[in-house]
Amino acid sequence: MKAKIYVTHKKGILDPQGKTVETALISLGYNKASNVHIGKYIELDLQEKDKERAEKLVKEMCEKLLSNPIIEQYRFEVSS
Amino acid sequence: MKFGVIVFPGSNCDHDCFYAIKKILKQPVSYIWHTTTKLDKFDCIIIPGGFSYGDYLRCGAIARFAKIMDALKEFTADKNKLVIGICNGFQILCEAGLLPGALQRNKNMRFICKHVNLKVENNRTSFSKKYKKGQVLRIPIAHGEGNYTCDKETLAELKKNKQIVFTYYKNNPNGSVANIAGICNKQRNVLGMMPHPERASEAILGSEDGFLLFKSIETALKIKH
Repeated sequence: MKAKIYVTHKKGILDPQGKTVETALISLGYNKASNVHIGKYIELDLQEKDKERAEKLVKEMCEKLLSNPIIEQYRFEVSS
Repeated sequence: MKFGVIVFPGSNCDHDCFYAIKKILKQPVSYIWHTTTKLDKFDCIIIPGGFSYGDYLRCGAIARFAKIMDALKEFTADKNKLVIGICNGFQILCEAGLLPGALQRNKNMRFICKHVNLKVENNRTSFSKKYKKGQVLRIPIAHGEGNYTCDKETLAELKKNKQIVFTYYKNNPNGSVANIAGICNKQRNVLGMMPHPERASEAILGSEDGFLLFKSIETALKIKH
């Protein structure tokens, strides 16, 4: 199984990177852009054939290490 | 009385802390490698600044799972033992759940390295008893991720329990909530702070204001033992 994990700032948590990039985009003339948020993308291979078990493992990884629940949220996709 | 300075791969203020304890405070101190699992002989442990594990993923996120951390958790359970995390050390303590909240990127996105003014909010802790309440200190900061954040409930708790020990005075360099520069746990034996007292502990460095923090610890430990 392969997992694709996306970690982003929780809503309401200041995202200074997103804000800075947003300002840069607007200064380049992309006035239509707003709410820019920057997060992390993590890919990994899992030696696990069962999808449900794979999802359970990834969830555990996200909660233990890959994200900090105080400031971040995560979502992931698991596929073979 | 024995001090220990934890060394992770990537710690870079370990020697400064060691020097401040050994040469300025003149107390016994040794380095502790991050694989150590026994901390019984220590009374105060310093988690120094730096970039443990390259600050990969999040600052402190990997160090939190180092072998020494279980022993450190046990160590903090004894209220007569003191732990102070400076800069990266503060980030590690938050990641490990030994202090509430988290440290994120500075509001202006820059790494800031300069002297700042701190206000002593609570001088009734083992880390701040030699200061006067409201005293303003000049101590340097050097961080890119020192923007302390926590939810409203946690902030209310911190205020209620007087866990906010140091705040930035007048100018908040990194955007931290409630101008927080340093907090302690409820039990008051774990302190985390972004500024570097070890870099302001002798006149030749431009400020001695940080020395009283170490002097406070020394005094507190003398009473406890």
